[in-house]
Amino acid sequence: MVTTSTRAADTTADVRSAHEGDGGDPSTRASSSSDGVGPSRGRRRPAAWWGLTPFAVWVLLFLIVPCLLALGTGFVDGDGAPTLDNLAALGDPLIVRAFASSAAVSAVTAVAGAVVGAVVCWGLTSLRPDGAVRSAIDAASSVLAQFGGVMLAFAFIATIGIQGVVTRLLIDVAGVDLYADGVWFYQVPGLLLPYLYFQVPLMVITFMPAVSGLRPQWSEAVATLGGTRWQHLVRVVVPVLAPAFVGSLLLLFANAFSSYATAAALISQGAQIVPLQIRAALISETVLGRENVAGALALGMVVVMAVLMIGYSLLQRRTERWQR
Amino acid sequence: MSARTTSAPRTTSAPRSTSAGGAGTVARRTALVVVGALFAVPIAAMVAFSLRSADGTGHDLNHWLAIVDPENERMYRNLVEGVTNSLLLAVVAALLVLVLLVPAMVLVHLRYPRLVRPLEFVCLVPITVPAIVLVVGLAPVYSVVSRVAGSGAWTLALAYGVTVLPYAYRAVQSDLAATDLRTLTEAARTLGSSWPRTMALVVVPSLRRGLLAAAFITVAVVLGEFTIASLLNRVNLQTALVQVSRSDPYAAVILALISLAFAFVLLLVIGRVGALGAARPIPTRKALS
Repeated sequence: MVTTSTRAADTTADVRSAHEGDGGDPSTRASSSSDGVGPSRGRRRPAAWWGLTPFAVWVLLFLIVPCLLALGTGFVDGDGAPTLDNLAALGDPLIVRAFASSAAVSAVTAVAGAVVGAVVCWGLTSLRPDGAVRSAIDAASSVLAQFGGVMLAFAFIATIGIQGVVTRLLIDVAGVDLYADGVWFYQVPGLLLPYLYFQVPLMVITFMPAVSGLRPQWSEAVATLGGTRWQHLVRVVVPVLAPAFVGSLLLLFANAFSSYATAAALISQGAQIVPLQIRAALISETVLGRENVAGALALGMVVVMAVLMIGYSLLQRRTERWQR
Repeated sequence: MSARTTSAPRTTSAPRSTSAGGAGTVARRTALVVVGALFAVPIAAMVAFSLRSADGTGHDLNHWLAIVDPENERMYRNLVEGVTNSLLLAVVAALLVLVLLVPAMVLVHLRYPRLVRPLEFVCLVPITVPAIVLVVGLAPVYSVVSRVAGSGAWTLALAYGVTVLPYAYRAVQSDLAATDLRTLTEAARTLGSSWPRTMALVVVPSLRRGLLAAAFITVAVVLGEFTIASLLNRVNLQTALVQVSRSDPYAAVILALISLAFAFVLLLVIGRVGALGAARPIPTRKALS
């Protein structure tokens, strides 16, 4: 899909550049796009093309081929014969439950992260945009949103793990045992707090541009027309920010859905969410042909991610209208 | 990336922050402090955890000293290998981005404008395809790569460069969009500059901030990468940390703290570089038209 669209566009640009260079003579254009060597331009044009080749080869080998392989292995069996059996594995109750858990964790952390992140964005409007505090918060958001993973798991093990600082503090000071009803921390519910720790900063990064796009003139206009602050909020702020908010919410959902490192470092037993199911399928040595189930799971994940990202980019396009 | 997005509306938000004033500002700052305090808890807990004394009663610096103690060198050998590999990978991945992605972007921008959308699409694909999915397809690719190029640590950078494509693309693209590179290069060419000279003296300086940001973000992402290395059985900083955490959770927490601080400083530098650059007048399309 990617290759064909790129190639088609290449050809049009090729035709176009030939067209420009040769003053639109149709015979030259046809010959140069068919064999690629126009007699007079044979030296110049290929030189520019070569500039794109290394990048194209790299992306082909390390992005496009792996994507096709990942999705393709879902459709072949252990011997390479085409089959739909792996897709049937997607209906396995265990895998359905993993998808449901993934969706639940993603939904809860996306909604909570979006709300808290929006509050932070609102708070950030009280700071000078080029000030040192703002720079520090921006940097911290970027670190926590992208760099988390394994270290996030360690941070929460040190905080609310069985020997964690807060766990011990609660027992010693307040007499509250976090794990009186069992150790939920190394299960799916334990993922919620660590995930929030990268969801909120991601919300700040993605939602802040929309919040900064709100013009003070709009509230002045509402006031001039006799409107109240409440009317400004309901009639202007909410409608303008709604697409950006929902878009960021989708991005947060996708982010949690595809996150692997935190869960892998935290949960060592079982595979309660989809990325851990993929790990289990990939490293399984007991059941032959299980790596092809990884392909089917990958396909399932990509479908979910693609839907989310398409929704995000559509909403993003709506949002950008207000940011000029 | 964030530095870029926040610098855009600076002209409009300055008057608002003064005009809103009063109680609104207090409420907004209180919200920031509350969330900030909550987010500081795990970091503070990591520090407190790392300072626990061996018998678990008091606090001391023993775990920090143990990290630099030469006697423990053998224990941390895997970790040293992981750090070395990650630094090498970060450098190679940043070079790949600068040597492969940036020229392609500049070339497309200047010569093949029709390819801008397809290029953007390709560069944003890694956001839709999570690393855990990519690794399913990378496993067979790497079995070929290690046959052809050996299994040196640097080969992983080829995959890492792909995972940072979206971030690097955006960092460079915002500079490309803000600078009228076509006019500048045409002017340079008209005045008789060769292409290499134009690249070195016009293109690279114009995109300086974007290139720096792309390199920094690549380093940050590569140092934090775990998924691909772990499932391809390679050793990098993160996989080594997980391994160390099984035998010595204190060392893992201390090193996590150090890496977080390092990444924070790195991104703070990006932010400041962006802010400094934004303060300087640069020729934008809007200003020229």
